[in-house]
Amino acid sequence: MATSAPADLSVALVLAPTSAAEWLVVLPVAWCLSVGAFLVMLRRWAGLQAAIALASLAVLVLIDVALLDHVARNGPATMVMGRWLPPFGIAFTVDLTGALFALVAAVAALAAGVFSLADINDSGRRYGFYPLLMLLVAGVSGAFLTGDVFNLYVWFEVLLISSFGLLVLGSEREQIDGTVKYGFLNLVATTLFLVATGFLYAVFGTLNMADIARKADELRVSAPLMTLVGLYVLAFGMKAAAFPLNFWLPASYHTPRVVVSALFAGLLTKVGIYALIRVTVMLFPVEREELSFVLAVVGALTMMVGVLGALAQTDFRRILGYLVVSGIGSMLAGIAIGGPGGIGGAIFYALHSMLVMTGLYFASGIAMRLGADVSIATLSGLYRKHAGFAALTLMLCFAVSGLPPFSGFWPKVMLVKAALDIGAWWLAAALLLVGFFTMIATGRLFLLAYWRESASPDAAGSAPRLPTTALGPLAALTLLALALGLYPEPLLATIQSAAAGLAEPSAYLNSVFPAGGPQ
Amino acid sequence: MEAWFSLLVTVFFTVAIYLLLSKSIIRILLGVAILGNAVNLLIFTGGRLTRDVPPVIAQGADVLAGPAANALPQALILTAIVISFSFFAFLLVLAWRAYEDLATDNTDEMRVAEPVNEPAPPLGY
Repeated sequence: MATSAPADLSVALVLAPTSAAEWLVVLPVAWCLSVGAFLVMLRRWAGLQAAIALASLAVLVLIDVALLDHVARNGPATMVMGRWLPPFGIAFTVDLTGALFALVAAVAALAAGVFSLADINDSGRRYGFYPLLMLLVAGVSGAFLTGDVFNLYVWFEVLLISSFGLLVLGSEREQIDGTVKYGFLNLVATTLFLVATGFLYAVFGTLNMADIARKADELRVSAPLMTLVGLYVLAFGMKAAAFPLNFWLPASYHTPRVVVSALFAGLLTKVGIYALIRVTVMLFPVEREELSFVLAVVGALTMMVGVLGALAQTDFRRILGYLVVSGIGSMLAGIAIGGPGGIGGAIFYALHSMLVMTGLYFASGIAMRLGADVSIATLSGLYRKHAGFAALTLMLCFAVSGLPPFSGFWPKVMLVKAALDIGAWWLAAALLLVGFFTMIATGRLFLLAYWRESASPDAAGSAPRLPTTALGPLAALTLLALALGLYPEPLLATIQSAAAGLAEPSAYLNSVFPAGGPQ
Repeated sequence: MEAWFSLLVTVFFTVAIYLLLSKSIIRILLGVAILGNAVNLLIFTGGRLTRDVPPVIAQGADVLAGPAANALPQALILTAIVISFSFFAFLLVLAWRAYEDLATDNTDEMRVAEPVNEPAPPLGY
């Protein structure tokens, strides 16, 4: 019975000390979690909380820059928890896609942090805006950096529970109404994700992404992988607000504080898109190929429903909510097309949308502050009140419609070209048509709220001073969108190699299993 | 044994989905609670059910002596239970607060954030 041969522990354990570069892989998450925990203790010092949160978000951006630089130089990096090698232990694995998403998310969060100084009052601070913000960013970063499917589920839950807290901050009737719908539907979505993960474990006996990617080929003949991928597409499609599952988003995104809306529009749906890219493109490419027509139809419908919804709204922020949905459709179309053009286009569109949608929500907050109204039926004369702000908003409107020279142009070009290359002319037509409709929707918004003469001509000389903390982040994000539109080459090159790394994940696998790993 | 557990999981899912489709928030909440348990049982079944001993390595040995029960699903379920319980607690408080503030627990009547008779956007400039 006692067949106790001395086991070779070097197969299962890391015996060399962890290098500093490996710590970089978990640092974004560990940093945000510890700052968030620390801020909870500073409940009474609301002013101090803001300063610490801003400083640590700035540090987070620097960490993510360092991480992206490290990954771009040395290829994917892995850190394992508790010295247990995968597939036994939990691994954090970062490739170019994850690092890019994490960096842009940190930039959007930093902008939201600055904007919050003008938007969150003292009671909001006492109810924990800044700790929740840090925990939300921790959850988002964790989702982008993890290399384990169950771990991904846990980070989804971390960001979900912080988003609940942020959504009800203020406890107005509208917010409670919005949170009920957001809460229940998102909980169902993450539970679906957990169902799929349970089946994944039953089929593969492992939850490490690299391990799944290398085992998928031999299991494909016998296991019902198509059902599994279908469940994942359903769960992540719901998180990302894809067409038949999108109705929770415009029902809730206009209710919280403006900065919270901006943060959600920038980050949360893109986590769903990132997870969808990771699962369909890297883990199950064959199934993605088979599902591509379904994904393309869903993408086209999401774009159309989103932009037509935007045309039918009067509330400034609800228009933007539908535009978020419309953008998700373009990313889904990219995933459906596949190949370097499609996947690269989807990644570029997601990064662009993170910056531009956050900026547009900032603009809606400033517009409400200047015009004291949210409805474009009555909001008017903003151009005369503050010409500089109007110019920034117009640039963001161009960017979201995909007009050159702003950041929305390049992903649109990539997607249309990729769609035409595979002969999906109807998808290319849908992409172009949606760009046109978005221009009408944002153009009408600008025409009515900004250009129309104010009905009650108040003292024209008293142009209200806008605080720098409100205008600054808006200007920064707009300039970033302009810079990415004018000089996209470095980002394009990075995205191309990120998409190539997803399609051919041997570098990712080598990073997790350096010596081929246990079979 | 897996077959019987699969049937049990099916029953749990059926009940949960039936409850989630109702209008009253309390019934939806009960559906959420049952859904969480359905998923936990699913992961448990997915890890293969055996009546073996716990995976404890004997003193002085390096590896397990014989077949043992799979400990990983239990770790996964433990995480999922903690998370779903905290979510249930949050949603319960939210439902109570919604009932207080909106004076209804019928989701059809919760139209504060999306009013029923919204005016159309202006058609001309």
